[in-house]
Amino acid sequence: MLKFILRRALLMIPQLILLSLIIFMLSKAMPGDAVTGAFMSNPNVSPEQVEKIREKLGLNDPWYEQYGRWIGKAVQGDFGQSYVHKQPVTSLLAGRIENTVLLSLFTAIVIYLLAIPLGIVAGRWTDTWADKMIVTYNYFAFATPLFIFALLMLFLFSFILGWFPIGGSGNIRIDPGSWEYIVDRAKHLFLPVMSGALIGTYGTIQYLRNDIIDQKIKDYVKTARSKGVPEGKVYTRHILRNSLLPIAAFLGYEITGLISGSIFIESIYSYPGLGQLFLQSIAQRDFTVVTALVMVSGAAVIIGTLLSDIILSIVDPRIRIE
Amino acid sequence: MTNPVIDEKKLIAQEKLNNPSLLRTIWREIMHDKMALGSLILFTIIVLSAYISPLFVDQTALTRVNFLNVWKPPSLDNWVGTDDGGRDVFGQLMIGTRNSLTIGVAVTLIAGLIGLTYGLISGYYGGAADNVMMRILEFLMVLPSLMFIIVFVTIVPNYNVFTFILIMSIFAWFGKARLIRSRALQERELDYINASKTLGTPSFKIMFFEMFPNLSSLVIVNMTLTLANNIGIETGLTFLGFGLPAGTPSLGTLISFARNPDIIKNKWWVWLPAALLILVMMLCINYVGQAVKRASDARQRLA
Repeated sequence: MLKFILRRALLMIPQLILLSLIIFMLSKAMPGDAVTGAFMSNPNVSPEQVEKIREKLGLNDPWYEQYGRWIGKAVQGDFGQSYVHKQPVTSLLAGRIENTVLLSLFTAIVIYLLAIPLGIVAGRWTDTWADKMIVTYNYFAFATPLFIFALLMLFLFSFILGWFPIGGSGNIRIDPGSWEYIVDRAKHLFLPVMSGALIGTYGTIQYLRNDIIDQKIKDYVKTARSKGVPEGKVYTRHILRNSLLPIAAFLGYEITGLISGSIFIESIYSYPGLGQLFLQSIAQRDFTVVTALVMVSGAAVIIGTLLSDIILSIVDPRIRIE
Repeated sequence: MTNPVIDEKKLIAQEKLNNPSLLRTIWREIMHDKMALGSLILFTIIVLSAYISPLFVDQTALTRVNFLNVWKPPSLDNWVGTDDGGRDVFGQLMIGTRNSLTIGVAVTLIAGLIGLTYGLISGYYGGAADNVMMRILEFLMVLPSLMFIIVFVTIVPNYNVFTFILIMSIFAWFGKARLIRSRALQERELDYINASKTLGTPSFKIMFFEMFPNLSSLVIVNMTLTLANNIGIETGLTFLGFGLPAGTPSLGTLISFARNPDIIKNKWWVWLPAALLILVMMLCINYVGQAVKRASDARQRLA
């Protein structure tokens, strides 16, 4: 067990190094660096002065020196300065990360709250009208692109019906900590979370339904039935224990989807999180922020996959045998 | 007394009836499933009108800015109104559909080719080569690809439609490679591959001319389903402003008008038809794709 976890964790290190190298190369390839971005439009700064600033910032050093410097600081949580926002990237991210984590967390919770009961119903009562409806819903969830669904939700519930605010994360005039504040935040979160969750259920429902259908005819279930275990208990005590455990482990894999989803959702609901910051920084050529964001997201996915693999190996020992 | 004549033609015909080709099975499956048939017809209509209508529409008139005709709601002259430059939205819808479809198909084909080659090589050789190739693939699959595509789009010099297709294809083949590799691993253990190896057939010939035909149904199913996905990603990227260059309108270009709150609510005819059209296309392609998937697996067939 420990051996597997260690081996799996060691595999993560070359992945992280490779990721950081690729991201660093990309950041070097971006047209115009931070200096040109910050000073080119300023006619009072001469090319010689720009060159001087570059030298001072170490932008003329060989790439491996720059990489070493960048990764050394990044490990300590220092991603440099944002030249557009004039503040350290780390504090810029810290101000936004709460919003994105909140959004992703609630989206994941709603996905599971919806998908697990629906998957169980569809798997237990196969080919009934309930199953058919769930399968149809799941088919829509699979086929609909996230950004279109989010736009339609925004159009319908915020603009036509006016039930929810059209964007942002909260009213800044309301005193944080009060009940009003929580209600206001919840109102701003509701649509973004629902847009992501309603069509994010696909994988879980599909997996659960298929797995329950497979488990239903297995010998241990037949044994339980022939012993006279009530049908309800066959499901809750016997089948679900086997079917639900892998789902808990899939959470780490979901991170990839949540990250790319947050880019669309945050852009559509003008929700001030990391996804929106990423798009703004790309548009403003603020490359220190872009590289930091891609690095953080990549690392989050790598660590999420690691956690999923480990949890999965704990619940399902067959995976460990290689 | 006459010898019983063996009718060669009849035998072949009987043989064909007993072993229908994949295309015939797909057709039977679609004809059986009314929703799939409806989807196929609707999708064909959309595709035909998208590719044929630009032949009859004056494209320069479509891109000409007319300030007297700005933001007109749907009318008889302009079926779905006009946009910020007085251009007809319906015409743009058709051209956008054509561009989105062409790019979706191109990305699917290129990514399919890369994934197929990678998966076949990895699965055919197995062992150490497979191990290394799978570790690389595992790494690629954990990359936040949407972010990478956006970064690539911004840093590539002389960015145009072809570079966009290429960038998208680079990030679209991972799943396919893994799928094909797992099937190729099973296939390489079979006798016909071993027989070919013993006869000294070159490896690439075994892979592409002997192994690939046996995986073709898998590839076709996967390609139909990823086509919808690729169209979704392309329009999504164009919506965010990192897709097709400004000169080439896509359905995403029309939807990107919806980033302005005033347009979402008061000028809905500019973005809503494009959004609904994408939705309808996705549902159609997926429905047909599901039928194709069932046809390729005898246990799932309905017909």
